[in-house]
Amino acid sequence: MTDTIAIGNAAPAKPAIARLFRAVRRNPLMFVGALILILMALTAIAAPLIAGDPVTMQPSRRLLPPSETFLFGTDHLGRDVFARTIYGARVSLIVGLSVSAVSVLIGMVLGLLAGYFRGLDAPIMRVMDGLMAIPSILLAIAMVALMGSSLGVVMLAIIIPEVPRVVRLVRSVTLSTRENQYVEAAVATGTRTGKILVRHILPSTIAPLIVQATYVCASAILVEASLSFLGAGMPPDVPTWGNMIASSRLYLGRAPWTIFCPALALGLVVLAVNLLGDGLRDRFDPRMARRM
Amino acid sequence: MHQPERRSNQRRSGANCGDMPKAHRSGTGSCVCTYLGQSRRLASSRAGSTRPMFAYVVRRLISTFVVMVLVGVFVFLLLHFSPGDPATLIAGDNADAEQIESIRKGLGLDQPLLVQFMNWSLRVLQGDFGISVFTQAPVINLIVERLEPTVSLAVTTLLFAALVAVAIGVVSAWKAGSWIDQVFMGGAIVGFSLPVFVVGYVLIYIFSMQLKWLPVQGYTPIAEGVLPWAKGLILPTIALGTSYVALIARITRASMLEILSQDYMRTARAKGVSARGMLIGHALRNAGVPIVTIIGIGFAMLISGVVITETVFNLPGVGRLVVDSIAKRDYPVIQGAIIIFSGVYVLINLLIDVLYTLIDPRIRY
Repeated sequence: MTDTIAIGNAAPAKPAIARLFRAVRRNPLMFVGALILILMALTAIAAPLIAGDPVTMQPSRRLLPPSETFLFGTDHLGRDVFARTIYGARVSLIVGLSVSAVSVLIGMVLGLLAGYFRGLDAPIMRVMDGLMAIPSILLAIAMVALMGSSLGVVMLAIIIPEVPRVVRLVRSVTLSTRENQYVEAAVATGTRTGKILVRHILPSTIAPLIVQATYVCASAILVEASLSFLGAGMPPDVPTWGNMIASSRLYLGRAPWTIFCPALALGLVVLAVNLLGDGLRDRFDPRMARRM
Repeated sequence: MHQPERRSNQRRSGANCGDMPKAHRSGTGSCVCTYLGQSRRLASSRAGSTRPMFAYVVRRLISTFVVMVLVGVFVFLLLHFSPGDPATLIAGDNADAEQIESIRKGLGLDQPLLVQFMNWSLRVLQGDFGISVFTQAPVINLIVERLEPTVSLAVTTLLFAALVAVAIGVVSAWKAGSWIDQVFMGGAIVGFSLPVFVVGYVLIYIFSMQLKWLPVQGYTPIAEGVLPWAKGLILPTIALGTSYVALIARITRASMLEILSQDYMRTARAKGVSARGMLIGHALRNAGVPIVTIIGIGFAMLISGVVITETVFNLPGVGRLVVDSIAKRDYPVIQGAIIIFSGVYVLINLLIDVLYTLIDPRIRY
């Protein structure tokens, strides 16, 4: 694959590998973040191959410290903490990815509409203000309490408070982009409004949106874990990091590994996403390129 | 020593004062910018002319009102669509259909939705949030009883976060690019990535269980002594404050850098103002507006965090009340808490916005 790309590029100089190395040197933290995420995603996908059974309880082996058989020990019901942590990554990554994709998509459409059509601006933005005024965890708690806990409801409960932030971002980019002369020219020559939005305005929102998507992803993973931890997220028998920490709460003193292993995984993933986001922002926002 | 940094800052700070939103977005990262896109900024971009301050305040009040009505609609619908019929619940198990119907009439539940909403809003404005399904006590009483730990925690965290974060941000900006700046900003991104309960359990494990310096959990009312009260709040404050500190420190650093690259800072240095005088007297004062804005907007994060912190440290506050109410499906309590928390958040941000127009003559609407 890399070969074809290198040949396809007529530029005689750098092969792909060298370019990659240079990019890594310029922003090593971003690639550390990306690497952690790729590894996490691979382990999550290959969970059945790597880890044992995450749900079977065996009272005879409860609260065992980490050993060769149980890398992260066992919890108070004798479940394999390593397996549960690996399976927990599945929920976190699925929630993070789908929430950021859906929120960005909805936010993009609403933001474009609010930014381009003056008549829609105030109504859309006031509703967004209203949604933003409700603390996200409380909003999510209320929705889960109302609709019951399942993956879909949890994701919806996280998406709703995330959308307003994306809308604000896209709206502000749209407002400044539409002042450009090329937009004016397109309007003057009778280009259809839909085409103006998609061809002339949408492209300038893409870079900030990609950066924003990473932050939405980090926030979604955190909120999902928090909701599970509070008992308002996924059903308690599903292995998620928040559920694991919540159910092991009373064993912090006796078996700290039952809490710290999922906690470490959670912190690591969110940190990786944030590092990736900061790196992308430095890359896409030239004014910030020489921050450090 | 700071010369190169200064110059590179200047290059990137193409933004002038009228271009606040962009300046902040680029300076602080989008995770932060999402909190920043608040209405005050948007208002400033809308009104190009110099409108009287009074008109701005009125407009801001109106939009606050609209926002609160929307919150009200949402929360009202939440209760309306929650499973379980309040009339049946109040009537008890032995009531027949006729009794239930008369209670329903008495509660006004037979009226159109809009009328119900108006009546409900009027009651809420008078502090009547209904009756807890579980304890049969008025929701407002339940919340007021639990207010002390929550307010204590919020106030200590706010103070802790503001002091520590502004100090970190100022030092980082002053020494931009140095190892201490990198350590601080690296710490900030880690702090921003750690959920409240993870920080909380690590702190409990180290300081309460291993070192046995501080109580593991629980809350001592301030009436029983300030020292035990403060001791119980140390760990919760740090746990809750960590991500808040990270957020404010990043904004502080960014807006300080912005200010430090201004011409008048060069002038100040040329006329021999001391480093401290420059940082505190000139830069921090001018960087204050975005810092205070983020403290206000980050308050939403703080409220969400309060709910979790109270669960981790077993503090009997409003957040704990909400979490307990989930399991009991006690919707009126959840509803009341959401309205109060949202109201506080909206009011704080309104207050901050209005205060700016009084404090900072440069802000015109």
